[in-house]
Amino acid sequence: MSGKHINLTLKVWRQKGPKDQGGFVDLQAKNVSEDASFLEMLDAVNEELVTKGDEPIAFDHDCREGICGACGFVIDGEAHGPMKSTTVCQLHMRNFNDGAVLTIEPFRANAFPVIKDLMVDRSAFDRIISSGGFISANTGNAVDANAILVPKADADEAMSSATCIGCGACVAACKNASAALFTSAKISHMVLLPQGQVERKERATRMVAAMDAEGFGSCTTTGACEAACPKEIQLTNIARMNREFAVAAATKREKHGDGGAG
Amino acid sequence: MSGFLGSTVGKKYLMGISGLVWAGFVLAHMAGNLLIFVSHDAYNAYGHALTSGNIIYVAEAVLILALITHVYTAVSLTAANKSAKPTKYAVAASGKKKVTLASRTMAIQGSLILVFVILHLITFKYGTHYETTVNGVVMRDLAKLMEEVFQSVGYVAWYVVALLLLGFHLSHGVGSSFQSLGLMEGTYRNLWKKLSYAYAFVVALGFIAQPLYLFMFAH
Repeated sequence: MSGKHINLTLKVWRQKGPKDQGGFVDLQAKNVSEDASFLEMLDAVNEELVTKGDEPIAFDHDCREGICGACGFVIDGEAHGPMKSTTVCQLHMRNFNDGAVLTIEPFRANAFPVIKDLMVDRSAFDRIISSGGFISANTGNAVDANAILVPKADADEAMSSATCIGCGACVAACKNASAALFTSAKISHMVLLPQGQVERKERATRMVAAMDAEGFGSCTTTGACEAACPKEIQLTNIARMNREFAVAAATKREKHGDGGAG
Repeated sequence: MSGFLGSTVGKKYLMGISGLVWAGFVLAHMAGNLLIFVSHDAYNAYGHALTSGNIIYVAEAVLILALITHVYTAVSLTAANKSAKPTKYAVAASGKKKVTLASRTMAIQGSLILVFVILHLITFKYGTHYETTVNGVVMRDLAKLMEEVFQSVGYVAWYVVALLLLGFHLSHGVGSSFQSLGLMEGTYRNLWKKLSYAYAFVVALGFIAQPLYLFMFAH
């Protein structure tokens, strides 16, 4: 690891807690290896801060492999930084120029309140999932492979929707803080598969209602979410969600009384 | 249904459908107006035919309803969107993750187009009433009024700007409507987008040609 090293000026959003007003603080990142990830660069800055007796910059992180969805903040107005299909943990310093000034901010959305510095509360996503992002039908024992037929195209599409890691970059990038891409990906990966059919209508209805209730904005089709998404979740999911929601509303059945055999 | 119309997705359906109604109208309006390039009589006769039957009231009612729907959903969604994102970023995205200007500024474009539509109605629909006779039928001479209005550089410039804005609005709006309606999926996804750009280009160009033509070549 004897590659090139660069120096950076960071304008980092520091906020002591949810109620603190917060503001930008200038910090120097010196002698940063180009092989370091953005989070490793921040680790080094934090070590220096701790040595000086200052508070380290708080940021979310976990796997550092780009698969868990824990990390994420905004670098120069771009969620997860300038590289496409990349989380900040997989963003390497070789993508930045020596002497660059980087503005680092937390994801901004009313539904994602700042906890501290670059950490935001994304539990709104959990509540959207718990409103319908699951399959509750009992399926019994594991069936033989290929007993339930799924067309290849559907399986591929469902898988690509299912790659959403719920990092929240879509909301962060959207000028309306819309959670349409996230919610639609979670609806899509189930609606495309046979197992997801039972709760299809209820799922669309409930998840859209939960999304609205959390105070996310609406989709204006700017495509900012798709551009920011580290997993390349596509806008097609949103079209699918809208259709699912409309069909569910238009074909809603009246509820029958409880009861039945046994 | 109240749950549907109260939701962000339902409102986008209303916005998309009402937008497409107006998108259809502007294409027809533009195409009809091209008769000014044929002759003043042809233009006036077309206008007369459009306004003499009762169908005009039905068309106007549909357009007004669509306009109210479009403006209502726009205002309500924009207000909700603003409160969903109260803090803007200190630096705007400028690299690979930035988005088109047209998609970011729909609300302001829409507001300006609304102002234009109102002024446009005052200038023409409720403007000076000249009369002419075409094939023995007395009718309004709108071509004369049009020719008169577009002798002023200011008017022509304002029309060109407003119509470019309309083109801009359509370039994002038409495609986005199909997306909102849940149709932008699969193989034809990008085709819708291209059609949207082509539609906007044709409508804006067709409209803009008229004041420019009258300014440069009439009289």
